[in-house]
Amino acid sequence: MTDWKFMARQLVKNPLSLAGIIIIAIFVVLAIFAPLIAPPPEGHLNHYMIPRDGYSATPQLPSEEHIFGTTEGQYDIFYGVIWGTRSAFHVGLVVIGIVVAIGIVLGSLAGYFGGVIDEIIMRITDIFLAFPALILAMAIVAAIGPSLRSVMIALTVVSWPSYARLIRGDILQVREEDYIEASRGIGASNFRIIMRHALPNAIYPTLVMASLDIGAVVLAAAALSFLGLGAPEGYADWGQLTSFARNWIVGPSGDPLRHWYAVTIPGLFILFFVLGWNLLGDAFRDILDPRLARR
Amino acid sequence: MELRSYITRRLLLLIPVLFGVTIFIFGITMMFSPIERASLYVTDARQMTNIPALIETYGLDQPFWVQYGNWISEVFSGNLGWSRVVGMPVWDAIWAFLPTTLELAIFATPIIIFTGIFLGTKAAAHKDRPLDHGTRVMAIFGWSLPTFWLGLILLMVFYGYFTGLLPPSRLSIPMEMVVNSASFIRYTHINTIDAILNLNGPVLLDALRHLILPVITLSVTQVAFIMRLMRSSMLESLGKGYILTARAKGLAERVVVNKHARRNALIPVITVAGYVLAGMVNGVVITETIFTYKGLGWWAWQAAVRLDIASVLGFALFNSVLFVLVNLVVDILYTRVDPRVRLGGVMQ
Repeated sequence: MTDWKFMARQLVKNPLSLAGIIIIAIFVVLAIFAPLIAPPPEGHLNHYMIPRDGYSATPQLPSEEHIFGTTEGQYDIFYGVIWGTRSAFHVGLVVIGIVVAIGIVLGSLAGYFGGVIDEIIMRITDIFLAFPALILAMAIVAAIGPSLRSVMIALTVVSWPSYARLIRGDILQVREEDYIEASRGIGASNFRIIMRHALPNAIYPTLVMASLDIGAVVLAAAALSFLGLGAPEGYADWGQLTSFARNWIVGPSGDPLRHWYAVTIPGLFILFFVLGWNLLGDAFRDILDPRLARR
Repeated sequence: MELRSYITRRLLLLIPVLFGVTIFIFGITMMFSPIERASLYVTDARQMTNIPALIETYGLDQPFWVQYGNWISEVFSGNLGWSRVVGMPVWDAIWAFLPTTLELAIFATPIIIFTGIFLGTKAAAHKDRPLDHGTRVMAIFGWSLPTFWLGLILLMVFYGYFTGLLPPSRLSIPMEMVVNSASFIRYTHINTIDAILNLNGPVLLDALRHLILPVITLSVTQVAFIMRLMRSSMLESLGKGYILTARAKGLAERVVVNKHARRNALIPVITVAGYVLAGMVNGVVITETIFTYKGLGWWAWQAAVRLDIASVLGFALFNSVLFVLVNLVVDILYTRVDPRVRLGGVMQ
């Protein structure tokens, strides 16, 4: 475990990854304490639906009551971005969790057994990888009907093949190691060898990198929501909040930047969330890549 | 192995992939009931009453394989269905929207490649110095930027604050009229090229003015990607023995970096051309949507939002074929660029 201590020290020492850790920590706090930071109004049943203050189309400037202002349709931006943090973690964690699970199962089957199984699984990944991801996700969401759940299904369908391939590659590297041969020699079952020997020795770096992809997943989900293919109207979701601003990028004449808050604030939350994960991921990649380490 | 037989084998390997892609696409349409799918064939409201007849005619209640067979033979004869959002066949719609998207790509691609390679080289040559850290932070920012949001911000500033400086859409209305007039010959439907061929300065300037923001929006993420890749590839190349040799024989550092290191570092960058293409296709949907730049991406977005499934799937199929072919070309180029890659080895 000294490896992990060394790694942790490297991550904290590097200002960029430290910034990433701090950003993610702030978002975790926002998500956990959302009910305290942006308390839902009395009798508001679904806390993920943003409370409205009237139905007027024109966004309202930031005020005491709405500190980040309101969007078109009077959705409170502050409430939306705070609870949107929860939606972001929800989408990111669920998609990455499922994708990694599928990747581990199919990747280790393909890598460990090789032969026909490998060939079949890899040809299936070829098919999925033959599409630009967002386009395939769009097609899937359009086919099963726009909703946040469809977005998660679509992102899972488009992203599992890369993980299956990565994990297959990891397993291939350790498959011929002596300790695998040894456990086979003492009669361990294939299942036991994969679970107890091959996986633990092969995939931790891949798992860590995969978990840092949460930022990328959230970015893709936000893009789909922005395009009108995600959460239902009024759901606390950063992509959708950004899309509410589309008709208000140019203010009335003489005050062209009047609705800057509606345009910028939700996007800044997306940017910083993704940035946090990417900063961490970038530093981590350098630590893991021995060819680039400390030359 | 000889190049020709390599290409043949690669083309043969494409068949199962494309077979899988079409099964998958068709599988998505099969998630709809026969009635819903029959309505895909409806081209105007009067036909709505004929739905049972349409189900009968097109065999929409037949087993999967029969329907797949019917569909794939239609696809091979160029019939991808009817695009409801634009009221023309999907295949015609693809050709009608393609020039607009190509116009974006023609400007974005060189910017992405040259900026990415240039900045990546600089970063590697200045490893661990301020320039390297600066470009690194820029790249991580660029990679994390929600492009749809970037587009809105750019419009807010350059269309709102600087009133009308860099507007959305493809051409301003007066220029649109010029382009559509009889005296303006539309050779390619790519406005900038047509303007040059017609020697029409105002149209060219107007088209360029409308291109700046979409091209920036489309390029940022990809530049960041290429730049990071180029940096690590350069670092690897700079650590090789031939660099030491080049330095030892007293070559100027500029020559060492630009000639000896960079040429070798370019090889890995070529291999990701397919990913860059995929990234651009994704970006095109978002960019064209924000700027109402009515090309393939805008059309696909309209289709997805209005549940015009024939168009969405036609677009997806078109892109997957394009993507697969580009990857094939990249692999072939790779063997040409890097003589160390033996064709037999690549096959494994």
